[in-house]
Amino acid sequence: MLELAIKGSKRYYGLLAALAGIAGLGGAFWLWQLDFGLGITGMSRDVSWGFYIAQFTFLVGVAAGGVMVVLPYYLHDYKAFGRITILGEFLAIAALVMCLLFIAVDLGQPMRMLNVIFYPTPNSILFWDMIVLNGYLFLNAVVGWNVLEAERNGTKYAPWVKVLVYISIPWAISIHTVTAYLYCGLPGRGFWLTAILAPRFLSSAFAAGPALLILLCLFVRRFTNFDPGREQIQSLAKIVTYALILNVFFFLCEVFVALYSKIPEHMDHLKYLFFGLHGHGALVPWMWTAMALMVLAIILLIPPKFRANENLLAISCGMVFLGTWIDKGLGMISGGFVPNPLHEVNEYIPTIPELIIALGVWATGFLVLTILYKVTVGVKEEAGA
Amino acid sequence: MESSRREFLKVAGVSAVGMGIGTQPVLDAFAASGGESGEAKAPKMVRGENALTAVHWGMVIDTRKLETAADLEPLIEACHKVHNVPHHEIKRHEIKWIWETEYHHAFPGKSNKYLNEGAEHRPFLVLCNHCENPPCVRACPTKATFQREDGLVLMDFHRCIGCRFCMAACPFGARSFNFRDPRPFIPETNKKFPTRCKGVVEKCNFCAELLAEGKMPACVEASNGAIAFGDLDDPESEVRKLLRENYTIRRKQTLGTEPSVYYIV
Amino acid sequence: MSKKIYNKDQVIAGLVIFIALVSFPFWYNLGKAAPAPKVELTKQAKEAKFCVRPTEYMKAEHMQLLDVWRDTVAREGKRIYVNEAGKRFTMSLSNTCLDCHSNKAEFCDRCHNYASVDPYCYDCHIDNPKEKK
Ligand code: SF4
Ligand code: SF4
Repeated sequence: MLELAIKGSKRYYGLLAALAGIAGLGGAFWLWQLDFGLGITGMSRDVSWGFYIAQFTFLVGVAAGGVMVVLPYYLHDYKAFGRITILGEFLAIAALVMCLLFIAVDLGQPMRMLNVIFYPTPNSILFWDMIVLNGYLFLNAVVGWNVLEAERNGTKYAPWVKVLVYISIPWAISIHTVTAYLYCGLPGRGFWLTAILAPRFLSSAFAAGPALLILLCLFVRRFTNFDPGREQIQSLAKIVTYALILNVFFFLCEVFVALYSKIPEHMDHLKYLFFGLHGHGALVPWMWTAMALMVLAIILLIPPKFRANENLLAISCGMVFLGTWIDKGLGMISGGFVPNPLHEVNEYIPTIPELIIALGVWATGFLVLTILYKVTVGVKEEAGA
Repeated sequence: MESSRREFLKVAGVSAVGMGIGTQPVLDAFAASGGESGEAKAPKMVRGENALTAVHWGMVIDTRKLETAADLEPLIEACHKVHNVPHHEIKRHEIKWIWETEYHHAFPGKSNKYLNEGAEHRPFLVLCNHCENPPCVRACPTKATFQREDGLVLMDFHRCIGCRFCMAACPFGARSFNFRDPRPFIPETNKKFPTRCKGVVEKCNFCAELLAEGKMPACVEASNGAIAFGDLDDPESEVRKLLRENYTIRRKQTLGTEPSVYYIV
Repeated sequence: MSKKIYNKDQVIAGLVIFIALVSFPFWYNLGKAAPAPKVELTKQAKEAKFCVRPTEYMKAEHMQLLDVWRDTVAREGKRIYVNEAGKRFTMSLSNTCLDCHSNKAEFCDRCHNYASVDPYCYDCHIDNPKEKK
């Protein structure tokens, strides 16, 4: 089936080349980082995780979001999604590739990465995160590929594939739950120390993942002969709407608990993010932008009329994606580290090399996505012809 | 399809075997050093005769005897010198094992609005608490951070992958990361002690290497009696005596990590 | 899925070229193996006659020994090694091994270079403990 990936138009190859170029640039900077150490980033002993881990966290969400097309189709027999489950699964694969790469570039000693396997440590959440992420990657790769191949051959996939599908549904929930547990089980980090972190992560995931999927569907329809379908897109839009409302609701619960209880360890992080603390407030405009984007998106998504307008829907989905990205990919991690455990304010601002490396990882992910989608579209076009 | 699945299983099998081979020599070495030469003369590994031992090491800092920054300076210097802790000019890269801070930073939850003069103006020494219930150990995915039987929370730098999960987990900001090669920034290398390489986490080790030789930790030695170090489990030890006779506090007790460092204020 | 091989000749030619390329290092180096290096002992090492373990063992297995040493010292806090003769050594690369073998360049490095291994021990462990600098 892979041969479908190498028979493409000029535009397709142009896109691949551009992505590969960005990935290569990121790779070059990563080599520099390997040589120098993580000192080329903006991280410090106070904010010891930064942009990389934040991207990782956000993308775990995107990966988990893929389940929102798989679940209705396989559990509720919602036939329409049969057309696009592959798109969801392949999006998850690309997102997971990025997740794993972000972990890799964040490690101080990546060559020793396998120590996590040589010295398995079940009391570390990171150990479990490794298992669930790799497991989910494996599940999606096997399921996606087999289903697509069956579709191409005009046959039905083997029964064991269906078993893997059923396993993959709770597994998707687990990847983002475990990722939330990385943070919310740490004493002394008041911003994360909240039982609602995992639900909040999931709700933002189920908004961001399907929102991206909608954009991708519109893109595919525009540039290929495969139409993912209007009904499909509209159903996804409903999912995005509810998930986004939940996400904002959970966040407001968080805000209430912190601000009404006025316990400094919980409140000060929110203060830092939204108002600045002791004169430091690099993230303040970002956080308000994120909130504005999400609220505006809700307003644009709820009325069926607005939602039905696909141009408007595309804009709303862009806002959802951007808003949740700022919330999780910028605020969530550094917000937890500022103020630090001694209640000092040392801010974190990513450096240019750090951003370029991150961009390289994103480009790699989209390279994988482009190739996988090319194959998918190829199969669908063959079937349609 | 069928064949590609078989291919995959083969690859998976080979890599599993490869991993097994990777650990084999280590196992061999253990076997060899254990019972190789048969008779009673097999090599063995033991603790030094002078080594200081305890059931649970602990520290009591008498902050009344450490009044000014100048009093703390030599202690910090002693520690950082003996452990080859680098002095980075860039604040982001900073590494510290023991340092001075103000009362309300050392004890953020216990910071009264109106403090007595002493606590208000006195500098406080902070370092790893060698918690009895260490969250850093819980978090580490490789057991590079681990707790020894005698309560010391230590780093195995050989094993650390630099994920910095332990730094997020420590509620005391006790840990530092080597954001770059520390060697050029060590003013005067102590040749008896290793340096670190870039990409690993480090922190105070309660001078495990000195205890093994029968010596007290460097900061304790340099403190002119302001810091006591000993076995918290032994009612007759100096630390227990101090704890009996003085009211002491610990950092962030409410988190349940059970610090082994006590402060007399 | 049984399929006929298309372009059989080209496939075979391709395979031959591939194998030739992959095995290039082997036949390229055929017959010109570099002579094994001679390592030099310091006066102190010569006089000691016996290392921590028998020479043959040390030659072949010093890395495993060091690996056990590092785990035992770093993790168990046992720092003394008692060998079969009952002699005691502090398990320390810099302070024990390199104390005797203070000529790292002529002792360790020669062989490591020959075997093309680059142990990262010296990223942290001081490699010239005796040199005043
Ligand atoms: S103070 Fe921090 S680093 Fe030290 S043992 Fe406690 S949690 Fe771990
Ligand atoms: S940085 Fe090192 S010591 Fe800390 S958790 Fe990761 S592997 Fe363990």
